[in-house]
Amino acid sequence: MTVSETTMNQPVQPVQPIQAVPMLSVRGLQKIYKVPGGDVEAVRDLTFDLAEGELVCLVGPSGSGKTTLLKCISGLMEQTSGTVELNGSKVTGPPKSMAVVFQEYGRSLFPWMTVRANVELPLKNQKVPKAERAALVDAALKSVGLDHVPKSYPWQLSGGMQQRVAIARAVAYRPQVLLMDEPFAAVDAQTRADLEDLIRTIWKQLGVTILFVTHDIDESVYLGERVIVLSSSPTVVQEDLKIDLPAERDQLNTRALPRFMELRSHVYAEIQRAKLGPVTEQITAQRRASLR
Amino acid sequence: MSPLKRIAYFVGLPILLIIVWWALSFGSTNFFVPKPIELAQTLWSTWIGDRFFDDVLPSLGRLAVGLFFAIALGIVLGLLIGSTRWLRNLLEPLLEFFRAIPPPVLVPLLMLLIGINDGMKVAVIISGAIWPVLLNTVEGVRAVDSVLNDSCRSYGIAGFARIRYFVLPAVTPQIMAGVRQSLSIGLILMVISEMFASSSGLGFTIVQFQRNFAIPEMWSGIVVLGLIGLGLALIFQFVERRVLHWYHGLKEITHDS
Repeated sequence: MTVSETTMNQPVQPVQPIQAVPMLSVRGLQKIYKVPGGDVEAVRDLTFDLAEGELVCLVGPSGSGKTTLLKCISGLMEQTSGTVELNGSKVTGPPKSMAVVFQEYGRSLFPWMTVRANVELPLKNQKVPKAERAALVDAALKSVGLDHVPKSYPWQLSGGMQQRVAIARAVAYRPQVLLMDEPFAAVDAQTRADLEDLIRTIWKQLGVTILFVTHDIDESVYLGERVIVLSSSPTVVQEDLKIDLPAERDQLNTRALPRFMELRSHVYAEIQRAKLGPVTEQITAQRRASLR
Repeated sequence: MSPLKRIAYFVGLPILLIIVWWALSFGSTNFFVPKPIELAQTLWSTWIGDRFFDDVLPSLGRLAVGLFFAIALGIVLGLLIGSTRWLRNLLEPLLEFFRAIPPPVLVPLLMLLIGINDGMKVAVIISGAIWPVLLNTVEGVRAVDSVLNDSCRSYGIAGFARIRYFVLPAVTPQIMAGVRQSLSIGLILMVISEMFASSSGLGFTIVQFQRNFAIPEMWSGIVVLGLIGLGLALIFQFVERRVLHWYHGLKEITHDS
């Protein structure tokens, strides 16, 4: 495997192929937007798997089709070719066992509903019995630290708190797969750190499979068990990297670990490389050969 | 604002205008311009009593029924047309055509089609008052937020639940803006529909007064119409504040930051 430009104590480990049926499987995904004046290929050829209970970060330069990819995976948008499989069955529309947290928290919560009603709505829609619903909503609000504001309206809360509501809504829904589309891109740095820890905590509590899209390199390394680096558009998988940091992570110590530094430098270099243009397998192979 | 202050703002200018009017008409002998006290007396004697039940209530009844159907139909059709793209493309030119027809010209036509009765007057009110609600609803449905829409889809909120929990509340600000216009259009058409071939109602009575040179009575009828308009506006405000409290709160906060 590669020893990249940065000095590495240990080589970065490749990800082992997953043996069992993956929770989420993306195969040869391609998306071409048909627009006046020609086609735009946003995503060229993406293939990767998520095992059950994994927390994987997708990181790529801005404009690398991350949102497009997530929309295709979540069934909100139809891909041009390739397949997405959730737990072995093909995704053709938004699947029941998937929840999405969007970047624009201000536009993903219903402003005419209270915090509680927002979290409750998907359950109500699924005809979950009232008592069970109440318990789930309570637990979800508690897990994101918002059990004190159920009667507020989303717009009365700060941005970070609004995103917590959106996360609580996804948690209460009990999805098998949770997709997050740059959920913390629009909140301030301190709130962001809190929310990152919240995601790790929820992930451990629920055992849910999380695909977390971000453009923030540090965030991807800090959060993920694995980081998938995307090339710039038209997008391919540039690297699939295992994050061998301890399971217990905290903002102060984890980020100070030498291994964290190495991994983030490595991802950073990959992203810089990605910005130069789409990397085909051949070029990568040549590059690797020349590095040896 | 304290309640007292609000009341002061509410009645301040009207009282001032009445005083000015009283002062200007003090020595006047003009037959066509009434004096405030005289008009108040006429207002009382003309409209409180039989005429209230014979003319005002039937007018109000027709207005209420007409507005109810205009608003309800406007919302239902607007939701339907707004959420179905082919229907919207198909109907849009036609809707603009019908909207452009001034509803008063429909009165003779509707008289022939429906006959001279309450149904005709209600139909006239609906034919004019439906447009602001209908077109605003169509426009609102078309412009629902794409991220909220994706949220609904990803949680499988579809069909009736989607309309009830997402589309209808999201469009309510536009609907209310339409309703506000519909109320005044409805009032105008109520009067006009009663001016043709009618035997009761405010419009009919005011025209009768005018033809018989009962000038103070005619003026008092106009005041009654104004009061009805004011009443409608107050009811509207009351309802709007309750239905759209979230909207005003949201707007206030986004303006602050």
